[in-house]
Amino acid sequence: MDAWKDFAKGNWNVEIDVRDFINKNVTPYEDDDRFLVGATSKTKKVWERVTQLLEEERKRGGTLGVDGHTISQITSHMPGYIDKENEVVVGLQTDEPLKRAIMPFGGIRMIQKGCEAYGYDVDPDIVEMFSKYRKTHNDAVYDVYTPEMLRAKKAGIITGLPDAYGRGRIIGDYRRVPLYGADFLIREKEKEKAMSEYDYFDEKAVREREEISEQIKALHELKEMAQSYGYDISKPAANAKEAVQWLYFAYLAAIKEQNGAAMSLGRVSTFLDIYVEKDIKAGILTEDEAQELVDQFVIKLRIVRFLRTPAYDQLFSGDPTWVTECIGGMSLDGRTLVTKTSFRFLNTLHNLGPAPEPNITVLWSVNLPDNFKKFCAKASINTSSIQYENDDIMRLYYGDDYGIACCVSAMRIGKQMQFFGARCNFAKALLYAINGGRDEITGLQIGPKFAPITSEYLDYEEVMERFNTVLDWVARLYMNMLNMIHFMHDRYAYERIQMALHDKEVLRTMACGIAGLSVVADSLSALKHAKVKTVRNEEGIVVGYEVEGDYPKFGNNDERVDSIATNVLKLFMNKLKKQRTYRDSVPTLSILTITSNVVYGKKTGDTPDGRKAGEPLAPGANPMHGRDIKGALAVLSSIAKLPYEYAEDGISYTFSIIPKALGKEQGDHINNLKALLDGYFSKTGHHINVNVFERETLLDAMEHPEKYPQLTIRVSGYAVNFVKLTREQQLDVINRTFHERI
Amino acid sequence: MKSRATLHSLLFVPRLKGAEENMEQITGRIHLIETFGTVDGPGIRFVVFTQGCPLRCLYCHNRDSWDPKGGKEMTVDEIIEELKGYIEFIKHSGGGITVTGGEPTLQIGFVTELFKRCKALGVHTALDTSGFVDIERVRELLQYTDLVLMDIKQGIESKHKALTGVSSEKIKAFALYLSEKGIPVWIRYVLVPGYTDGEDDLAAAAAFIGQLRNVEEIDVLPYHSMGEYKWEEIEEEYALRGVESPDKEQVERAKEILSGRS
Repeated sequence: MDAWKDFAKGNWNVEIDVRDFINKNVTPYEDDDRFLVGATSKTKKVWERVTQLLEEERKRGGTLGVDGHTISQITSHMPGYIDKENEVVVGLQTDEPLKRAIMPFGGIRMIQKGCEAYGYDVDPDIVEMFSKYRKTHNDAVYDVYTPEMLRAKKAGIITGLPDAYGRGRIIGDYRRVPLYGADFLIREKEKEKAMSEYDYFDEKAVREREEISEQIKALHELKEMAQSYGYDISKPAANAKEAVQWLYFAYLAAIKEQNGAAMSLGRVSTFLDIYVEKDIKAGILTEDEAQELVDQFVIKLRIVRFLRTPAYDQLFSGDPTWVTECIGGMSLDGRTLVTKTSFRFLNTLHNLGPAPEPNITVLWSVNLPDNFKKFCAKASINTSSIQYENDDIMRLYYGDDYGIACCVSAMRIGKQMQFFGARCNFAKALLYAINGGRDEITGLQIGPKFAPITSEYLDYEEVMERFNTVLDWVARLYMNMLNMIHFMHDRYAYERIQMALHDKEVLRTMACGIAGLSVVADSLSALKHAKVKTVRNEEGIVVGYEVEGDYPKFGNNDERVDSIATNVLKLFMNKLKKQRTYRDSVPTLSILTITSNVVYGKKTGDTPDGRKAGEPLAPGANPMHGRDIKGALAVLSSIAKLPYEYAEDGISYTFSIIPKALGKEQGDHINNLKALLDGYFSKTGHHINVNVFERETLLDAMEHPEKYPQLTIRVSGYAVNFVKLTREQQLDVINRTFHERI
Repeated sequence: MKSRATLHSLLFVPRLKGAEENMEQITGRIHLIETFGTVDGPGIRFVVFTQGCPLRCLYCHNRDSWDPKGGKEMTVDEIIEELKGYIEFIKHSGGGITVTGGEPTLQIGFVTELFKRCKALGVHTALDTSGFVDIERVRELLQYTDLVLMDIKQGIESKHKALTGVSSEKIKAFALYLSEKGIPVWIRYVLVPGYTDGEDDLAAAAAFIGQLRNVEEIDVLPYHSMGEYKWEEIEEEYALRGVESPDKEQVERAKEILSGRS
């Protein structure tokens, strides 16, 4: 093919193998950031228009417009533009920027509620269609849920499940479209279909054949959608501009079809760099134009929108889409995968100002080029918009072409996907162990009925024994709910285009999660190392705890409690491993909350560590607020001890520090932050969000949101616009430990 | 065949390695350990705050570290073990250990042993002291000290006594000794409006600093009232109530004077 003639050849010429293409053609970059340029006038004009629209969106309560009359499909909407004359990358989800589409296959009620909340109407014909004639994923799941499952959901021991919305956390290999062109991909899928002509068609074989057929149709629709914008993507992209455009079309098709909880992009910057390098060498692209392409692509990623309900946004903070893009990392042969375009992506934070999306994720290795490390540290200090994850660990599992879905979920791109499973409330499970399976707030019997603890003072061994029993129940129930959800999601809201950009054989994981690990570890530590007296209500349910004496707390690098955290994590993961899973998916576990730790906390009574009912749990794997008193390195060390092999869906830690605590001058800040990351990842920490700002800035932003439209902060695996958080969430962020000893 | 119990299997308790040494371990009274210090020496510092101080500075922001009987008793081994957990951070940043207080030299045997062990591990050592010490007592410690962080609290003797409760004579002698030995020093000067920011205060301090040949850095620390609550907690009068922090220009100006640039 003509478009391939300037690239080094390899297996990628014969079959779909994007990794091979990158490996053979990448130009690693070890120098500094001085080559970077600012935004072009075209970019500035487009961004200015977007900024106005974002302001209007905020003023209108968070939603600028909804098209309630068109069922969103890859080809459903007419082309839309922000500022046609100045846009170098085109394509919108609907015919106007920030206008949201409806995607009823996941569930019609969410759409009705969403429209109602923001004052828009849904076409009654569509409501009728999806109530009477076409079953949704949401309806299907509720058809099969057992009463026990419904009780557990209501009590909030297992929550946030994707049973009423798109599960997301699937990364299509969007790079395949520019590299191969749509026709090649269609031919490959047709070959796969031909391979699936079996002697006997059982359920699995029939499903496979149907899915491939859907994938082929979706690829045809993708071509048609691109055509409506005047592009023929049937052949490979011939230059950088086409490569960015083709790739964006592929991603756009995915977000037109699916309202997934997290719609991550993958790992595209180094792939695109190969085209950019080629064009710059050939003299047909300048640095300004290269940065313009990246800036404008990123603008598109910043305005991805889904119609959601206020309750959903409350749980997940702001209006998240998790367009996660992975930058950096090392290749298996020891070269770095940092390229000039890695810098250009980070440079968008300077050119366009900070923003939560795309969710920029740096894959950190101690062997990354020093200049790149410094550049990242500087960008973190200035924008608080980056998260870091340990490439030196993940590369051992996933090779050098993996991406992150959502926040911390690693997967080989195009070869692996996950069934997203939200999380269970670990703290509540511990309370059920004490109260014989009864809910501490409602008094209802939610878990299996067994003898509650009746002693005045709690005994560590006795509580652990019952906790073990409760976790058996949680693991079984939780996994069965996920099995039902994902069976129905595949059936009623299948991700056609995303799966079309995967291999035929995909490794699936069943991604479970826990919230409240540090509360549980501290509670158990209190039982073991102090005395905990129970306070009961008239029904005999323990509703309060009095802690007598001090006890070691998680986050201080104290083995006496850190080992408890590790042990309960292993205990639960081992129970999940025993469960049977849908499509033989491999169970994994994450220690992650975004801001849902606030909502989980609200639904959880007093805990034996001294936490009061309603108070937030700590986010992700963070220590409880204010209990980490030995400084940042002690916390990082505690977190780094949590074993990744028992939490392969990721371990999230959010770190906040005031600038002065990083050192005296900017040079010290950069050097110390860089060393902090090197140290943490050398000690096998998995993930860290870095926030650098003054508490006063946040307090001021609470009072004067209009002054801080772009103030971005990192929470668990995500970044949010601070001003879009609820007041409670804002206070939670402010109350978290800021490392500020100076 | 079932194996027989032996006296060994029934009774023998293996000797714990280092058990004897442990019994004689030197201990120190520790106020606090901060694992991520970034201003008390180069790079990331493992900062040990010792308990007890002979000075009574009016603006002290660690009022709770004065009492030599307070804090928690720790052995050198315990601290070294803890420090080892952070070697990765220290190594990557070009950092080290800083012992501060309180006044570390009050526990001279302990700090000397601690620094000796740190040097054996290749860890950079910084001693943060008021300088209110007898030179004889710290001679050995200084052999294991890479950097001294030292306050010049006041250049004028009469005011020094009022501000800190002690004379500046010993402190000056100590500073001159460091200069003679060529041990690198970072000088700190806390700028307190009305107490240390007068032209004459600064000129006197500058004149003294000018005599030293080993000064690598001069830091002017703007006074802040963040330690005030610690005085309130123990219901003691905070003499500097209402004193404002100096602004940026004042700090810059003081820095120029102290470094002899004006």
